[in-house]
Amino acid sequence: MNGSRSMLRLATAALRQGSSLPGSAGKGAYCKTEFLVRGYAADADAYDKMPDSGKKPDSGEIVVEIPVKFNLHLLESGPPQEAITTKEELMKSYTDMSVIRRAEISADMLFKSQMIRGFCHLYDGQEAVAVGMERALTFDDSVITAYRDHGIFLGRGGTALELFSELMGKKTGCALGKGGSMHLYHRKHNFWGGWGIVGSVPPLGAGLAFAHKYMKKPNVVVAIYGDGAGNQGQLYEAQNLAALWNLPLILLIENNHFGMGTAEWRASKKVTHYDRVPYIPGIKADGMDMFSVREAFKYCKEHCLAGKGPIMLEADTYRYHGHSMSDPGSTYRSRKEIQGMRQERDPIERIRKIILTEELVTKEELKDLDKKIRAEVEDAAAKAREEPFPSDDELFANIYKADSGLVAYGCDRRKTKVEMP
Amino acid sequence: MLGALSRNRPLLALLRGGNGGDKAASAALWAASKRFMSSDNTITVREALNSAIDEEMSADNKVFVMGEEVGEYQGAYKVTKGLLQKFGPDRVLDTPITEAGFTGLGVGAAMYGLKPIVEFMTFNFAMQAIDHLINSAAKTNYMSGGTINVPIVFRGPNGAAAGVAAQHSQCFAAWYGQVPGLKVLVPYDAEDARGLMKAAIRDPDPVVFLENELLYGESFPVSQEVLDPSFTLPIGKAKIMREGDDLTIVTFSKMVGYALKAADELAKEGISVEVVNLRSIRPLDRETINASVRKTSRLLTLEEGWPQHGVGAEICASVVEESFYYLDAPVERICGADVPMPYAANLERLAVPQIDDVIRAARRACFRKEEKKQATA
Repeated sequence: MNGSRSMLRLATAALRQGSSLPGSAGKGAYCKTEFLVRGYAADADAYDKMPDSGKKPDSGEIVVEIPVKFNLHLLESGPPQEAITTKEELMKSYTDMSVIRRAEISADMLFKSQMIRGFCHLYDGQEAVAVGMERALTFDDSVITAYRDHGIFLGRGGTALELFSELMGKKTGCALGKGGSMHLYHRKHNFWGGWGIVGSVPPLGAGLAFAHKYMKKPNVVVAIYGDGAGNQGQLYEAQNLAALWNLPLILLIENNHFGMGTAEWRASKKVTHYDRVPYIPGIKADGMDMFSVREAFKYCKEHCLAGKGPIMLEADTYRYHGHSMSDPGSTYRSRKEIQGMRQERDPIERIRKIILTEELVTKEELKDLDKKIRAEVEDAAAKAREEPFPSDDELFANIYKADSGLVAYGCDRRKTKVEMP
Repeated sequence: MLGALSRNRPLLALLRGGNGGDKAASAALWAASKRFMSSDNTITVREALNSAIDEEMSADNKVFVMGEEVGEYQGAYKVTKGLLQKFGPDRVLDTPITEAGFTGLGVGAAMYGLKPIVEFMTFNFAMQAIDHLINSAAKTNYMSGGTINVPIVFRGPNGAAAGVAAQHSQCFAAWYGQVPGLKVLVPYDAEDARGLMKAAIRDPDPVVFLENELLYGESFPVSQEVLDPSFTLPIGKAKIMREGDDLTIVTFSKMVGYALKAADELAKEGISVEVVNLRSIRPLDRETINASVRKTSRLLTLEEGWPQHGVGAEICASVVEESFYYLDAPVERICGADVPMPYAANLERLAVPQIDDVIRAARRACFRKEEKKQATA
């Protein structure tokens, strides 16, 4: 632990001594990681500290410190810098995050063995955002996200079997195999997808929030987008509409600092997102700390339900994989950086440390739990492999909801002409 | 009659109420208040659209209207006149000039279960939002395996107006008509406007409703049935406006009027024209089109939009595929000229179909001389 921290310090020092011109890093160093190290160096001390667990009120509650300070925009005060939790919550969160982690690792293998086709955008590293969010919401709140949606889907109560089935295009998938990785949906739990067009989610989220308000629901909508989408014009339009019409919308920015292969400082004049809009308040949270995310969401939900309008929540997070399975993720990031994140800020490790420090379960029990989760996830993947593909008639099904009498043609119009009943 | 009405409180309440009462009675009273209960029941297309939207909003609380100037301005073309006063600002929303934003918002609201009517001031501006029309609205029911449908109506004027030049004159029927997952409607007269608008609002799928600015002010006689609040037209069914034996003209929107006028002229020279008013671009009523061509053995398609990959092209392909052996002449297409719309009046006239173009092509299809011989002294 200490060794890696000093490594981090060495890396910082080395980079600071190097050239400050973009793109002119020395041979073998493809990227300028200063911007990230800047953030971490300041907090390296904070991370070295074990989450403080000294206080233990009689109720069996555990108080966990949130070391990284919340940044606030247009807010007098923000979420508390400590979270009160229970063994139950810790174990559930550990499990939820581990399921996401293992599912993404399985998806990686399935993609490499060509069981998953097309695009596959993995979420490992960002688990704390999905799980921290769900700790503050109910399934009556709505969530909508872009294409890096496997973790969000699982967080919303989707099963691993539904996920793997959909990824492999099987008919037991959550979209009957017709959506794929980028189009996961779970209507019952108010998970509205799964969208492939960068920047399209904020207006859709504003629409969901509009409908919530119209129907007088006591719930919020979380519309999720990445730093890469942060410069989209329609985002600005959605922000204006949400603020103008006072919609209960939380705009969550999963800032993993790279839009595909483009680092944030190469795409944005201003690299933070929570403070971009002069009339919408914002909070920046530590997206690798589940409790930071949880507390920020609690605060944001309260803000929206009090009728104060939309709010931005920027989660500073990181994806271990590249943008998608066709991107190794290491041509624009150094392995040092990725390793550093895994060692210093892994969200699951963080919770593991708390659990072990609090002696909620023994190390062996935790190992067993890990094994159990891994087995369950791999079983779901294996089971999904055996599931059937959709039948051929599914091709023409559900183009419309009201499709009675509809005539649809296949590629050879004389051979394949279908009339819906 | 109106004087008597103004002293009758229950009737006035019906007129004013936002949730309808006795729907048939309130419709009749609404009609009376709008002063068009003349003996032959003539209403404009604008009134037809307005009344349809009004009635559907009264019948279903989930229906709401959104767009630029739809509220306080009473609608850029006055189609939404009176709706803000009747239903309030929660259901008739003036939007900022942000098509991508408010279209996406409409689609999101529709996914959750509301029934938005999104107005584009013209469909030219919908290009700002076309990603949401196609990728967020049209494809969603399919992509989600049937779990999420999008009951939204996108409406507004489409095609050429008069003198509004290149960026305000495009016809989008072919573009939207190509997309599986959309329903595309093209009303011509007041009956079409009322029936198709009501059907569109009630439909659980995204509907692109292409109106025509120059038709808004045109009056058409309508039957009592059309004025009834329960009146709808089926989506995907064309209407035979005029029966004939020699030539089938398939057309939609404003061009239906041109086809009917051309048919009158052609009748004088012994050419009997059948005019098919498509009413629906998608689904396309291939049955009616082909049945008509099999009867007349000649086809002429008529549209305002550009020819390449246009609606006429699809109609011709359908007829050539399914009724080849019934054709006695090559298919004819009359379309807008392959140019961005010019401004100068004489050039504009050359860029959009004229009745003379239809007549000339009809004669060609009947193997007659294109121009009538001029009598010499």
